[in-house]
Amino acid sequence: MSVTMVEEGLLARAARFSPPRRYLPVLGTFALFIGMFGVGGLRYEGFADPQVFLTLLLDNAFLIVLAVGMTFVILTGGIDLSVGSNVALSTLIAARTLELGLPVVAVVLVVLLAGTLLGTAMGLLIHYFDIQPFIATLAGMFLARGLCYLISVDSIPIKDETFSAIAFGSITLPGGYYLGWTAVFALVIVAVAAYVLSSTRFGRTVYALGGSEPSALLMGLPVAATKVGVYAISGLCAALGGLLFALYTLSGYSLHAVGMELDAIAAVVIGGTLLTGGRGFVIGSLLGVLVLGTIQTFISFDGTLSSWWTRISIGVLVLVFVVAQRVLTRRS
Amino acid sequence: MTQADVTPPRPVVEMLDVSITFGAVRALDDVSLRLLPGEVHALMGENGAGKSTLIKALTGVYTIDSGRVQVDGAETQFATPAAAQRAGISTVYQEVNLVPNLTVAENMLLGREPRRLGRIDRREMNRRAATSLRALGIEIDPGSELGSHPIAVQQLVAIARAVDTDARVLILDEPTSSLDADEVARLFEVMRRLRDQGTAIVFVSHFLDQVFEISDRMTILRNGRVVGERLVEGTTQLELVQLMIGRDLQVLDRLDHAVQEAADDVPAEKRLPVLSAVGLGRKGSLEATDLNLYAGEVVGIAGLLGSGRTELARLLFGADAPDTGELMVRGSSRRRLRSPRHAIDRKLAFCSEDRKAEGVFEELSVADNMLLGLQASRGWLRPIPTATRSTLVEEFLTALDIRPADPSLPMRSLSGGNQQKVLLARWLITQPDVLLLDEPTRGIDIGAKTQIQQLVADLAEKGMSVVFISAELEEVLRLSHRLVVLKDRRKIAERPNRGIDVNDVLEIITGEPGGLAEKERADA
Amino acid sequence: MPETVRTGRVGRALRARAIAHHLFWPLVALGALLVVNLIATPTFFNVRIQDGHLFGSLVDIVRNGAPVLLVAIGMTLVIATRGIDLSVGAVAAIAGAVACVYIVKSPADGAAGTAAVAITMALAVCVALGRWNGFLVSVLGIQPIIATLVLMVAGRGIAMLVTGGQITTVNNDSFGALASGHLLTLPVAALIALGVFAATQIVVRRTALGLLIESVGINPEASRLAGVRSRTIIWTVYVFAALCAGTAGLIIAANTHSVNANSLGLWIELDAILAVVIGGTSLAGGRFSLTGTLVGALLIATLTRTIPNIGIPAEANYLFKALVVVIVCLLQSPKARAVLQRRGDRTPPSPSAPSREEAVA
Repeated sequence: MSVTMVEEGLLARAARFSPPRRYLPVLGTFALFIGMFGVGGLRYEGFADPQVFLTLLLDNAFLIVLAVGMTFVILTGGIDLSVGSNVALSTLIAARTLELGLPVVAVVLVVLLAGTLLGTAMGLLIHYFDIQPFIATLAGMFLARGLCYLISVDSIPIKDETFSAIAFGSITLPGGYYLGWTAVFALVIVAVAAYVLSSTRFGRTVYALGGSEPSALLMGLPVAATKVGVYAISGLCAALGGLLFALYTLSGYSLHAVGMELDAIAAVVIGGTLLTGGRGFVIGSLLGVLVLGTIQTFISFDGTLSSWWTRISIGVLVLVFVVAQRVLTRRS
Repeated sequence: MTQADVTPPRPVVEMLDVSITFGAVRALDDVSLRLLPGEVHALMGENGAGKSTLIKALTGVYTIDSGRVQVDGAETQFATPAAAQRAGISTVYQEVNLVPNLTVAENMLLGREPRRLGRIDRREMNRRAATSLRALGIEIDPGSELGSHPIAVQQLVAIARAVDTDARVLILDEPTSSLDADEVARLFEVMRRLRDQGTAIVFVSHFLDQVFEISDRMTILRNGRVVGERLVEGTTQLELVQLMIGRDLQVLDRLDHAVQEAADDVPAEKRLPVLSAVGLGRKGSLEATDLNLYAGEVVGIAGLLGSGRTELARLLFGADAPDTGELMVRGSSRRRLRSPRHAIDRKLAFCSEDRKAEGVFEELSVADNMLLGLQASRGWLRPIPTATRSTLVEEFLTALDIRPADPSLPMRSLSGGNQQKVLLARWLITQPDVLLLDEPTRGIDIGAKTQIQQLVADLAEKGMSVVFISAELEEVLRLSHRLVVLKDRRKIAERPNRGIDVNDVLEIITGEPGGLAEKERADA
Repeated sequence: MPETVRTGRVGRALRARAIAHHLFWPLVALGALLVVNLIATPTFFNVRIQDGHLFGSLVDIVRNGAPVLLVAIGMTLVIATRGIDLSVGAVAAIAGAVACVYIVKSPADGAAGTAAVAITMALAVCVALGRWNGFLVSVLGIQPIIATLVLMVAGRGIAMLVTGGQITTVNNDSFGALASGHLLTLPVAALIALGVFAATQIVVRRTALGLLIESVGINPEASRLAGVRSRTIIWTVYVFAALCAGTAGLIIAANTHSVNANSLGLWIELDAILAVVIGGTSLAGGRFSLTGTLVGALLIATLTRTIPNIGIPAEANYLFKALVVVIVCLLQSPKARAVLQRRGDRTPPSPSAPSREEAVA
């Protein structure tokens, strides 16, 4: 809905030769997504079926949540390499605590607490000791992976009934289509994050930090709390993503989600968020994840294309967006 | 020194004997400042006089080492800019300190946005912003992105933000440097209205006419000390400039001008200039300027801070790209310099005024700092042979009397004066034809200063063409054969340096007759 | 008595200087690890000669650490210019893929000549990849971390494209010798890594390359005004980093006689960056220490070896790496140092606190 509003604004302003630059990247991603689906629909039978789109959401629910957290961090000009390991750690904590017989609510709370704590710790290192986000979150990445192995080297299956129920639960939409609960949950997270970023002081301070940290400081904004906060949020989102991933795979394993941080970063960049911070929208990151998912759907529908084209096309898309953004920012 | 005799109301802010030391440099030395409600108070001084440091000491950016700050008579020390803001002291810094990626309204109200049920009320925010902007006479859409507006508008938005916090003290650090005449008039209107409402306004500007138009009182700083506190009424521009620039009391021999006279024997038109600029200019930094430089001659550039003196040197060196004009090196076909590399290949050299940011490599050794210019010209594959290295380094350590004379020390362990000499050596080693020196003697001790002055004179005698820029007019006059005066980013005069003294130059700059000598006589 | 006092003072001064040296803590850590190993396995330091080859745990450490050391050498120069290269793992995979695929497709797949051509081709591809990174960074002006992310993401796809997604196995003894061969009793992989280290050290310090790299990293604007051709320097270091990564990739591929585009050199960029940081080269660019990087790489290799040796599951070495990163970074962080100093002896912060000096300038 917000997208259509944006488009009207664009059309009106384009007539006056001053398109709102900040929406351009997201619109580009949106057009790309629609275009890919259109081409897919024309080329492959059954591609244009709405259920394909709904399954796309289900299959990528965890990545959507990760990308949301990553968007907060990247908007401040930082980066979080630890999310993939954090996901693996979360699946393992969930699987192990369920194995120990903890109630589901307690399991969820423990997982969320652990993820948030890890994020907060990295945020504190980054803000109070001036350690570069890249290095601090690299340490977080190693730490989470290491903790995984301490919990278990082997995969632990999740047999809890509540978990299975949620994993397979879905809501039925008119026309016989269905949307998995986890996908609904991911969309709710997107909506909440979009609200926080656009309409709360915290959210606007996140943008201000990415625009210019010294300015934000001189304007008297709560820089420390916000900076630590975004890493805590990213940690929380990684834990949530981990829970979704545990639901998706019904297991906890230390080799889950290897390299998923790269997918999350790529999704955010393809979603039009500037890696230097200050510009971007959560809705863009959602679209970015969908574009990544569509590439995979494309390849699986085609059958003749090999899987590596996924990575290559993601790389090319990242390149296109990075260069385009560079051109846009240079002009201003 | 005549202390302005005012029986004031209680000051809003009083800073007493405030000192701040950075390393070995005393940036503020027992500085006192009083701000009264309902006045525009100008803070005057050249580069490095301590204006910015004083402002930052007041607003909690720096911690003061000694002295007291009182706000409304109560002793205070702000820990952060935010604390100062809460106490009603708002600052607009020289560089726009807003975030370009948010809207105008957000920039004005960030941190105190109107909220409804925790949600930012955008409509109310835009309405409020529009009201404050209209009060300043700015008609822009508060919902538009700040970065999409020209710097001048951004500056006005920054002022609108500061004004909007119900500030009792409003500090404007060079707010007019990017505004045109109309915008300045509008700003002054707002300043007057605020003053009449009882706000104390600190105004920092290098545009003298503006200072005299808007200010009531002023405090003049030089080298981290207060050299005067005056009422604007009854003070002339000339007096002010004399206080700002100061007079070098050390009597130095006027250097020999034999070279100049010899050069004057040949009519200038007959000689080929080493470097000549025709209509060289760049938007926002220097209007189109003509300048010819001849071998064996020192051209002095006089002008106040912001007159375009640094900008001229940077354009001549290709450090900034000009918008207009041509540069010809030794009468070569007309072309521009694309980069410093290009300029260096044509035997130009440039010592920046900003030693720390644009000259020194603190972690590298003295020898490396000295040889970097030559090495950059040779490229990385052709290192300077060890024997040549040590000969060159020894030669220049001795010739320029650099101390300590240990080439292996890291550059940061040297004093400012010695660092400056190393930078001079870096360029002399490349054997340039034209040497552009921007404030080569600023912030260094008197001994090193005289040595550098002597060196400049010697170099010119040996046939080098030198451009000498300095805020100290005595120094410029002492060294130059020819004098170029800049004001408001324009060349306003160029003449041979014969029979000119400081007062003459000041007259050219301020357009007012009279000099310190007369004034002193009158005081006595 | 006065005599002992004096030696005490001299000793203290020496100790202070040693602690201030940037390699002090890394060397202490390395020494400690070796001692731990010696306690766990008393024969740890034993080196024996068998069939004219040196064998022993210490030799293994150097041999297994060779790829990380190689990548870290290139990374050191990139980081010194204020850059970073995230793509080295992907580049290693591409190099391995190119070489192995060429050997497999060649009619004479066991010949030494084939191996030589394969290696040359792989390195030529690396030069192209390095130029690509250098182009993005120096010509388009994209932040290094972002610019090299592109190849990091796409690179493994390219490697799989080359191998056709198969785990390509080669049967070429000359190629295999890159990893398992011996020369003058020493393992070839270690010789290559140490040779590249020595050659780089010589080139960097005997030519002006080191000086110009440092100048670009310390103060880019002053370098520009001094006439340094920064663009050339930046191209050079990215190409060099890609070459080092490619060599590492070849050694890894030779070690297993195969290439798996998905896993070859996975996360090697992180280990390499870690080695550089441990070695005292700041991620902010400027002064660099190749010797430090050597110590850092050896420390990581020793750590990897120590953990199984003292009976902890090998996977736990991530945990220790995390600890090492945090501790080393905190020891290097000026803010953390200031906090420690204030706790310790209340000496005033050093006069060269950057923010303040900038204020004066």
